[in-house]
Amino acid sequence: MAVTPIAELRNVEKRFGRVYALRGISFSVHRGEVHCLLGDNGAGKTTLIKILSGVFPPDSGEYLFDGRSVRLASPREAMTLGIAVVYQDLALLPLMSVLRNFILGREPTGRMGLLDLRKAEEWVRESLARLGISLDDVHRPLGLLSGGQRQAVAIARAVFFGAKLLILDEPTSALGVRQAAQVLEVIRRMKEMGVGVVFITHNPLHALAVGDRFTVLFQGESLGTYPRGSVNERELTRLMAGGMELGVEG
Amino acid sequence: MVKVPPRLLLRIFLAPELGAAIGLATVFLLFAFWAGDRGFLSLQGAVNYLEVAAQLGILATGVALLMIAGEFDLSVGSVIGAAGMVLALGVQVFGLPVWASILLAFSVALLVGFANGYLVLKTGLPSFIVTLATMYMLRGATIAITREVTSVTRFSGLTEPALSDPLARVFMGAPLGIPIAVWWWLFLTALLAFILGRTRWGNWIFATGGDPVAARNSGVPVASVKLSLFVLTAFLATLLSLIQVLNTGSADVLRGQTKELEAIAAAVIGGCALTGGYGSVLGASLGALTLGMVQQGIFFTGINTDWYLTFLGLMILLSVLLNQYLRKRATEAWR
Repeated sequence: MAVTPIAELRNVEKRFGRVYALRGISFSVHRGEVHCLLGDNGAGKTTLIKILSGVFPPDSGEYLFDGRSVRLASPREAMTLGIAVVYQDLALLPLMSVLRNFILGREPTGRMGLLDLRKAEEWVRESLARLGISLDDVHRPLGLLSGGQRQAVAIARAVFFGAKLLILDEPTSALGVRQAAQVLEVIRRMKEMGVGVVFITHNPLHALAVGDRFTVLFQGESLGTYPRGSVNERELTRLMAGGMELGVEG
Repeated sequence: MVKVPPRLLLRIFLAPELGAAIGLATVFLLFAFWAGDRGFLSLQGAVNYLEVAAQLGILATGVALLMIAGEFDLSVGSVIGAAGMVLALGVQVFGLPVWASILLAFSVALLVGFANGYLVLKTGLPSFIVTLATMYMLRGATIAITREVTSVTRFSGLTEPALSDPLARVFMGAPLGIPIAVWWWLFLTALLAFILGRTRWGNWIFATGGDPVAARNSGVPVASVKLSLFVLTAFLATLLSLIQVLNTGSADVLRGQTKELEAIAAAVIGGCALTGGYGSVLGASLGALTLGMVQQGIFFTGINTDWYLTFLGLMILLSVLLNQYLRKRATEAWR
């Protein structure tokens, strides 16, 4: 592809002691693309997220962000570049209101450092509306929202504060059918907004519902990257179980 | 399907202060019927319980903020004793001007607050343990140093030299007939409630107590938040101590004992969660007012005031149960 991916890993390796957590992985995400990362537990998904989000650098291989080679020293550094992770166990506070969670750490302030709550409310409403999330009261405690709504708020927050690459760690795995659909809809909207999304899941149906490309990891190695339409649920499931290899990189 | 009640009603139901407000109204009505004709409802009766409530409330506002940030300070009672002694020793033994002794008392308190915060953050021990230790160490040092230097443990006659002092005046008297403690209490309640609700610092206090890791990941300076609040509680304990000592004229090494627990009681009655992340300054002040009303109300009923502590204990238990019940109902209605 001629366009520079927002994030790209080239032939990345990561070892813990003598065990390879990742071996020879190449992986890229474009703006407005949802790249699904599938794999069973222990396949190396978490290690890949941690490299992408700056928790640790790869032992070898290259990490390019927006076309430039980067070596991230911390998640904070990654955050300033526009890389955000929404973890499965959300880093949000259930007792605080949706509004206060949303602005935490980036509170809009007016004169004399006072909270500009009107502006904060505008931010939240605008941001939630853009992602198609309806929430009648942003003052209710976050803990009273459904799991899907909470994921959506966390995603909306990351995007609003400038995420160009959004990494979603199993955002649908703990959710019921309808709530998962809600989160998938949010992912679709983000794609339209031009955000590059890495969607980690072990549910092939969820992946197929929104994904543009699918990469399956098995025991630290890539079993290939498949463009949309070239793979179906059965094949993804078989690959995740370490089954036979099909077509390669599209 | 549960019918979704109006938003405002739910907001009220979820307010941390609701339980305290109900408790306060109940206590007021109880004593109004029981002792209304014996002075409880008189202006003097009101001034009496307001002053008691104010003295506790000055402490409770800061203690509540610290609890919302997820920490305890058991040393505030000892700070009350120590600050009073610093003032007394400064004026009567070392011959310092009153204002200089006041500043010295505040400096000692700030040091204690800073030490509390630093130890908690550095050791990672629960603040309950750390401040339990500093509570004893400070009380012991106050008694030992005072006796070492003067061979007494109690001073009196401190009002006289303070009357002409420019700084002492803000801690003394009763402007408009209302004790100065009440004015300070109202001011602090308004100020700290405003900080909690309307500044980013307030948002950080909630987040720090709710989940320190999540707060830090979002860019909240958790350590600074906690440290500043430990300093605040020590500062408020000193303020209270100065008000008491300068108005009664006497300082005692044992002053302030168990005040730390009463302040926590007021905060808890006011809806603060022991686990942090939830609560309100206004609630803590309502809690303090409730306790003040009970303490003075018993006096007006003619019952032996020795029963106050029993009532206090009962109040804590009932309030927490009420708070828990209200919160449960509110969350159920919302789902």
